[in-house]
Amino acid sequence: MSCATCDTCGVTDGIDREHFDGVVALAGNPNTGKSTVFNALTGLRQHTGNWPGKTVARAEGRFTHENKTYKLVDLPGTYSLLSGSEDEQIARDFILFGQPDCTIVVADATCLERNLNLVLQVLEISDRVVVCVNLMDEAKRKGITIDAQRLENDLGVPVVKTTARSGRGLSQLVSKVTDVVEGRCQTRPHLVDLGDGVGDAVSRLVPMIQEVAPGLPNARWVAMRLLDGDWRVREALMNGELSEITQRQQAPTESFSKKMAMEGSQ
Amino acid sequence: MKLDGYAPRPVADLLDQAQQARQALGEGFRDRVVESIYKDATAIAGRSVQRGGRRKFDLDLLVDKVVLSPILGLPLMIALLGLIFWATIVGTNYPSQMIATGLFWVEAQGSALFDALGAPWWLTGFIWHGTYRGLAWVVAVMLPPMMIFFPCFTILEDLGYLPRVAFNLDWLFKKAGGHGKQALTMSMGFGCNAAGVIACRVIDSPRERLIAILTNNFVPCNGRYPTLIMIAVLFVATGFSPGVASAVAAGAVLTIVVIGVITTLIVSAVLSRTVLKGEASAFTLELPSYRRPNIGRIIYTSLIDRTFFVLMRAITTAIPAGAVIWLLGNITAGGIPLATHVSQFLDPFAHLFGLDGVILLAYIIAIPANEIVVPTMLMVYLGTGMMTEDISQDSLRQVLVEQHGWTMLTAINLMLFSLLHNPCATTIITMWKETRSLRWTTLGAVGPLFIAFAVTFVVAQAARLLGWA
Repeated sequence: MSCATCDTCGVTDGIDREHFDGVVALAGNPNTGKSTVFNALTGLRQHTGNWPGKTVARAEGRFTHENKTYKLVDLPGTYSLLSGSEDEQIARDFILFGQPDCTIVVADATCLERNLNLVLQVLEISDRVVVCVNLMDEAKRKGITIDAQRLENDLGVPVVKTTARSGRGLSQLVSKVTDVVEGRCQTRPHLVDLGDGVGDAVSRLVPMIQEVAPGLPNARWVAMRLLDGDWRVREALMNGELSEITQRQQAPTESFSKKMAMEGSQ
Repeated sequence: MKLDGYAPRPVADLLDQAQQARQALGEGFRDRVVESIYKDATAIAGRSVQRGGRRKFDLDLLVDKVVLSPILGLPLMIALLGLIFWATIVGTNYPSQMIATGLFWVEAQGSALFDALGAPWWLTGFIWHGTYRGLAWVVAVMLPPMMIFFPCFTILEDLGYLPRVAFNLDWLFKKAGGHGKQALTMSMGFGCNAAGVIACRVIDSPRERLIAILTNNFVPCNGRYPTLIMIAVLFVATGFSPGVASAVAAGAVLTIVVIGVITTLIVSAVLSRTVLKGEASAFTLELPSYRRPNIGRIIYTSLIDRTFFVLMRAITTAIPAGAVIWLLGNITAGGIPLATHVSQFLDPFAHLFGLDGVILLAYIIAIPANEIVVPTMLMVYLGTGMMTEDISQDSLRQVLVEQHGWTMLTAINLMLFSLLHNPCATTIITMWKETRSLRWTTLGAVGPLFIAFAVTFVVAQAARLLGWA
């Protein structure tokens, strides 16, 4: 995908993985304030608006913490990573093939249960995850309280409560994210209990996948995708894309214009 | 499913094994996985989330009862859009004239300075009466409406109204065989059709996505509003008392937009019953809770991001267009300017559609961007003279009616043509990038042009038959 109206935009020019101390992806359901988090962290004024598919491509920005600079990639808002629509595929492929050093999953505090579905799917793909429970102000207004410590124990990754609009909790989010990127924080991500039939099939495939692609952190998820008949993952196995993933540089990020993200929302 | 013979041994084994397991597990694998995920999510959320006992009075729900009501929803939506147009028209008139007066004063000073310095007439003309004037017209015509329209639209967007628009229109698109999300991509088209075409990526089904891409052009983008608004104000609203006139003009623009939406539905229905046959697919649309718009961001987004960006795009096309028009107006063949040759050549053809040669010439020059249609027309009509002293609406209408034979039919058909004609070059390129198909891109470009000619032809012939024009 490339930008329709301009190719030079200042957001992506000249930045690639080598110039950063880490790459952080931003995932989440639509309407969770994901773009607000993105803007608050990067200082970019990417336009925000609340309907599905706002971010149809990836937006990129940067933020710094303790003299280190991190690249932040805003992924399309999706409810799941299991179906085949283009926005879901962009998000999924980036988490899988782009190998971010940390993925922030933004969740809506007012309907956490539904948002956890995506969180659990991301945890299957990556162990470097921080969950950002956003819209805490709205939750408070609706009389909802959330036990972040409990949630953190259950999910096995850091959980930060935020109100991105007013900036509350964002500095804590940044420090947790950098902890994960720098390896200061060990995670034990929750893995979904798949039940007998599916679980058995998955555990038979996992060692075979590890043989084909040694060091792959998410063999379990790849197995699930194979069982689902995902052609993209099949293809990645056949052409060696998955086995190269550990030594591979991040895929050249396609030129993306901030302006297009803005225009895409009009 | 056959395995790829080129796959290395262990990979082939793995895929083989996976295929077997897949068959053993049978249908509904994904459903079972989703079920497992939901079960865990429910359990985890149950442990960490506590809902307060007291249920507060839910304003959102109350508002949604009205906004999404089957009876009130649609009329309310149309009324809101009409209100925005009205505000734009009322707020535009005065600043537009002020900006024009100011910018043309600069033109007069600039060309006077060039003359004083002894610059040759063609240099003064090319720079000041060509390039600069094109730019001045675009700024004067486009800036004021955008400064009012964009903030209004952004407020609705920020409130969370747009998903509700999709909700209200869903049944219509379903009937037309399109995707419910097409209402969203259509809404984005109101800003910019190229952006609307890109936004069609949110539609999963290739068939429905194509329908949305091919029909996005039938809602007017911001490049076309100035044309619609100007014609509505100059012609449709003329003869009404000043108080009512702006409401009438808003009503005319609104009518055009509604015709555009109806065309979108009709064309979608035709496509989905002929070349793009298939069932409408289901989807879930989340209606976010209403949020208080963030005033600072609305101003920033609508003025800096949108207005400035769109204006810059218009200016970059207006400057060369202004130069071309000046050349067409000043290079003569047989004592007659080229512009006149071309427009006279196009006149008989244009007459069939209730238009004239200048309008068609303007649309040809404006293929790169719709924004420059009005400036092009004005520059050709108002010609080579120094047109800086009087540019009021009355004198403009007088020039069009008395010197160029415009009638109500010309005005209406120009509005229809502006609504329905081929997308701008940027949108066509975007269609190509999104579909990678020459066939669909051609259909997306030529189809609307054909419809525009057909509709204006029928209207013109009918009006003449009935003696209205």
